[in-house]
Amino acid sequence: MSVVHMSEHEREEAETREQRALGFWLYLMGDAVIFALLFATYAIMIPGTAGGPTGKDLFDLNNAALETVLLLVSSTTFGFASLSVRTGNRSAVIGWLAVTFLLGAGFVFLEVREFAGMIAKGAGPDRSGFLSAFFTLVGTHGVHVTMGLLWILILSAQVALKGLTAPVASRLYRLGLFWHFLDIAWVGIFSIVYLPGLL
Amino acid sequence: MEQHGLRNYLIGFVLAVVLSVIPFWLVATHALPPQRTLLIIGIAAVLQVLVHLRFFLHLNFTTTPKENLLALVFTALLIFIMVGGSFWIMFDLHQRMMT
Repeated sequence: MSVVHMSEHEREEAETREQRALGFWLYLMGDAVIFALLFATYAIMIPGTAGGPTGKDLFDLNNAALETVLLLVSSTTFGFASLSVRTGNRSAVIGWLAVTFLLGAGFVFLEVREFAGMIAKGAGPDRSGFLSAFFTLVGTHGVHVTMGLLWILILSAQVALKGLTAPVASRLYRLGLFWHFLDIAWVGIFSIVYLPGLL
Repeated sequence: MEQHGLRNYLIGFVLAVVLSVIPFWLVATHALPPQRTLLIIGIAAVLQVLVHLRFFLHLNFTTTPKENLLALVFTALLIFIMVGGSFWIMFDLHQRMMT
């Protein structure tokens, strides 16, 4: 639809959508700064093991690889959901959101299991500065993913109940930004935490 | 248009898979000396972030609003100053404490 043929109402809606997208983008940039500083803290704290276990003793390459696969595939399936929004296929949107949710939930499950295993071994966040930094960084990302899962549930319900109205589509767009952003943060985590830790 | 969108996501997915498999494989097999592996992990990570920005977040220089790109560049600058400054201070301090 060209701008000339938009009604006053449609133009207003498009403008609101763009402003909210920018606002949400600014929030994501702030979040990126938080993650960058948590990465810096972690990198500085790597030697601070206080005689406790190091990354090499604790990390599992297969677990990290599986988490990477789950999050990357979920990012792609969210992309398919976004494409279905554009074609107006309501059931496809709900279907792809459901797949994305399951993959994200699998990721959170693996992370919680990893954390629980480490704490059971006496390698919890209170063991050393290194582990405090590890749990803060990876845990912050995990909380973000959990919030994303909650958000997917809420918007799936909105798609089912309200349909793909302009406000719902606009919210789905911002959820997409959030979900893809989390995958970028994960690239940082496996490249700075898990892979160098197991080298 | 829709075909174009689908192709974008699939290209992004394949590139991301390649850029993940390389560093994971190097760490699993220890095929290269640690220093070089670390370098490749870093390069693959930077490339993969760019792939995600381009193919999943659809950033480009034509349709993305200028404010969004400006915010991204400003954030990169902030991160450079804050992370670089933290490293500078902490490693300098570390050296002084050791000598």
